[in-house]
Amino acid sequence: MSDNILEMRGITKTFPGVKALQDVTLEVRRGEIHAICGENGAGKSTLMKVLSGVYPHGTYTGEIVFEGQEARFGSINASEDRGIVIIHQELALVPYLSVAENIFLGNETRGRAGLIDWHKANSEAAALLERVGLAELPVTPISQLGVGKQQLVEIAKALSKEVKLLILDEPTAALNDNDSEHLLELLRQLNAQGITCIMISHKLNEIAEIADRTTIIRDGRTIETIDMKDPASTQDRIIRGMVGRDLEHRFPERTPQIGEEMLRVEGWTVHHPTQHERVVVEDASFTVREGEVVGIAGLMGAGRTELAMSLFGRSYGSNITGRVYKRGEEIRLRSVSEAIAHGLAYATEDRKRYGLNLIEDIRRNISAAGLGKLARRGWVNGNEELKVAEEYRRDLNIKAPSVLSVVGKLSGGNQQKVVLSKWIYTDADVLILDEPTRGIDVGAKYEIYTIINRMVAAGKAVVVISSELPELLGTCDRIYTLAFGRITGEVPAEGATQERLMELMTMEKETAR
Amino acid sequence: MTAIASLREIATRNLRQSGIMIAFVAIVALFSFLHPNFLSPGNLTNIVLQYSYILILAIGMVIVIIAGHIDLSVGSLVALTGAVAATVVVREGMPWWMGVLAAIVVGLIAGLWQGFWVAFVGIPAFIVTLAGMLLFRGLTWLVLDSISLSPFGGTYYQIANGFQNGLLGGYGYDVFTLLIFGIAVVGYAVSAWRNRQGALRYQQAVEALPLFVLRIVVVGAVVMWFAYQLAQSRGLPNVLILLAILIIVYSLVTQRSVFGRHVYAIGGNLNAAQLSGVKVRKVNFAIFVNMGFLASVAGIVFSSRMNGAQPGAGEMFELDAIAACFIGGAAVTGGVGRVTGAMIGGLIMAVMSNGMQLMGVDQSVQQVTKGLVLLLAVAFDVFNKRRAAGGR
Repeated sequence: MSDNILEMRGITKTFPGVKALQDVTLEVRRGEIHAICGENGAGKSTLMKVLSGVYPHGTYTGEIVFEGQEARFGSINASEDRGIVIIHQELALVPYLSVAENIFLGNETRGRAGLIDWHKANSEAAALLERVGLAELPVTPISQLGVGKQQLVEIAKALSKEVKLLILDEPTAALNDNDSEHLLELLRQLNAQGITCIMISHKLNEIAEIADRTTIIRDGRTIETIDMKDPASTQDRIIRGMVGRDLEHRFPERTPQIGEEMLRVEGWTVHHPTQHERVVVEDASFTVREGEVVGIAGLMGAGRTELAMSLFGRSYGSNITGRVYKRGEEIRLRSVSEAIAHGLAYATEDRKRYGLNLIEDIRRNISAAGLGKLARRGWVNGNEELKVAEEYRRDLNIKAPSVLSVVGKLSGGNQQKVVLSKWIYTDADVLILDEPTRGIDVGAKYEIYTIINRMVAAGKAVVVISSELPELLGTCDRIYTLAFGRITGEVPAEGATQERLMELMTMEKETAR
Repeated sequence: MTAIASLREIATRNLRQSGIMIAFVAIVALFSFLHPNFLSPGNLTNIVLQYSYILILAIGMVIVIIAGHIDLSVGSLVALTGAVAATVVVREGMPWWMGVLAAIVVGLIAGLWQGFWVAFVGIPAFIVTLAGMLLFRGLTWLVLDSISLSPFGGTYYQIANGFQNGLLGGYGYDVFTLLIFGIAVVGYAVSAWRNRQGALRYQQAVEALPLFVLRIVVVGAVVMWFAYQLAQSRGLPNVLILLAILIIVYSLVTQRSVFGRHVYAIGGNLNAAQLSGVKVRKVNFAIFVNMGFLASVAGIVFSSRMNGAQPGAGEMFELDAIAACFIGGAAVTGGVGRVTGAMIGGLIMAVMSNGMQLMGVDQSVQQVTKGLVLLLAVAFDVFNKRRAAGGR
């Protein structure tokens, strides 16, 4: 197999409590554009981090063969030296430095006396910019460029490192159609010049347009690699590969008992917090009823989290318009404490950054949002707090030696149970759970679903945001799909298929209704 | 749980706290060995008097640090509040309490000012208080016309230099002092017992009973010995009463109040605190107003002790207060720290300065030693954290 520039064999990578990759195999031929597809959390980015040395040799098992030689990268620099360059989803440019400075950052060519020859650097940068078709001066600060142009600067940076294998992680996720088109065109040109590309993307039409072969990853395993020239390689086939899972017995049984309307959102529009002209959520309307689990499906960047956080006391965005009604009465949610007072709860998708105080114990994390219930005249009843924490530890089966254990040391599933405990304790009527099972193992997922069922059985309304379609189909009564900031569909979970949802979630702007 | 296992459990779980206690005891033992007069009644009284204002500042500072901020302006604020008090009492001849009141008002205003910039404008506290350090120093010079104002005399002087002595008589020792300390020890024992019972009621792990009793007895004995030393000397210093009240109140505020919880939440994870409904701005604002208040208290104590106000008063106090917090286990990244820890950190520095002064160690060596102690204390923290993370 001498035409393979890269072979990754039997790659297994585990994080505490989670198997992110399991025996993954990836073969990339020299000179092709190879797409990698999979749901969020399937393990695509982890695989690329293994390849590029972000997770150094020794932290995973398996073998990487690059250009016929076994590669053991200890760092990003090691993989870059061999010509593997990764461009991450979040661009890694320094906003206050110039284009040229960014291109050569960490890779500065030193002249005499070890000083950088900026004239030389700038002229080399100009040549690279021409290669990627970016008509900007090398001395322009990055912050003055739009996202599309920044993406091109990233590629110019990769080219400066004499790249052989270019990896792009969702390169067009943040781009508009024009910029995306331009970027894809550039990839084709670079490919013609002999650079092999790996592209991770959710946009199936792009993959169909540009990729030679596609590898589908699901739940940390390779499903199949298909040749895109094969007429059987339709978008439907990719979708099936991405989602095809057994739904049996992964979700606890529940008989829905749906009551009155609990929350209604009308014409909710949110703009980006700093780029005020950019619309992130556009005219979204939805309802949730008592005892109902409503799902929100959407791919990364569709505006799911932004919708939820802007509702939750304007924790995200600017220039928010729209109306919210609870039990038929209009309510105002100008701050998080107002939202909590009106019975809203939002459990974040990123519990480590936004959900928990990792250096504090279970007890105080559980009481953090509902401290008012434990306090009289500003003094916290510590014994009562312990009692409450113990109750939740028992009820939600939080596995820890004691409620005084530090939350940062718990597994993902147990951390998530602490987050849920915190919000249940606020006596919220509407709980918005953003990726409630992200990064936790199957057993803990089942427990989380059980908790959700118990919440709706108690007459609460639950909104589940998830990238995992089986999860939505298995837990929800109704599902809204979100694409590019708009609600593109509303389907009852009964009888809905993952293929139907994925279709609505990938609906392009023009056709979105 | 057996006593030994329980002891080990406490030692490992609270390595930082116990480490600092051991260090403190070791330093005291070292100096008492090196210098016979170190543990003399007169010298113990001196340590309390000499360092009280740093300890008062450290109480406010540890709250600032737990929330993830820093305050560099407190030294200048000590000077400014002292200068205002001196102007009122010495220059204008008004009664002592007018001076105290004026100083506190000025401290609160300074706190409001800095809190506004930190909490509502969103400027990092480092910058705001660096500006405050220059600003308040300049105002001090302005108020004082760049000259010293003294003496206060009278009641104002008694605040930091007076003693409660002879209220109940005694033979060569002050019964009142012993009584107050006796009540304090009993109070400590009772509250510790109630805590233990509460924890037991909620099925929490507690130390074994013999160990618990031993702890109470040791603490009681050390405190009563200290009280006996004071009683033999000049009695109970007013400053010590003030300090004790502040420590008790602020320990309760940080550990048991909603406000205290919010301070820890902000320092532990700002985003999570915000999304849990903590009113971050209001809390940050209150933290700086409180710091201004405590700086004014320290300013009153210091000016009283100096029996006057000097343009250069309070220089480097902020650094001593900050060092006390970090030696006492507060984390630079916020979210961690205790009032009691900061007090022990401050006492370690106090004991070291005092001990080295007694021994006639050169000022330069004293500074070098203090610097190294601060560095080692924090290095110990970092080492611990890394070990804990590795053992996960």
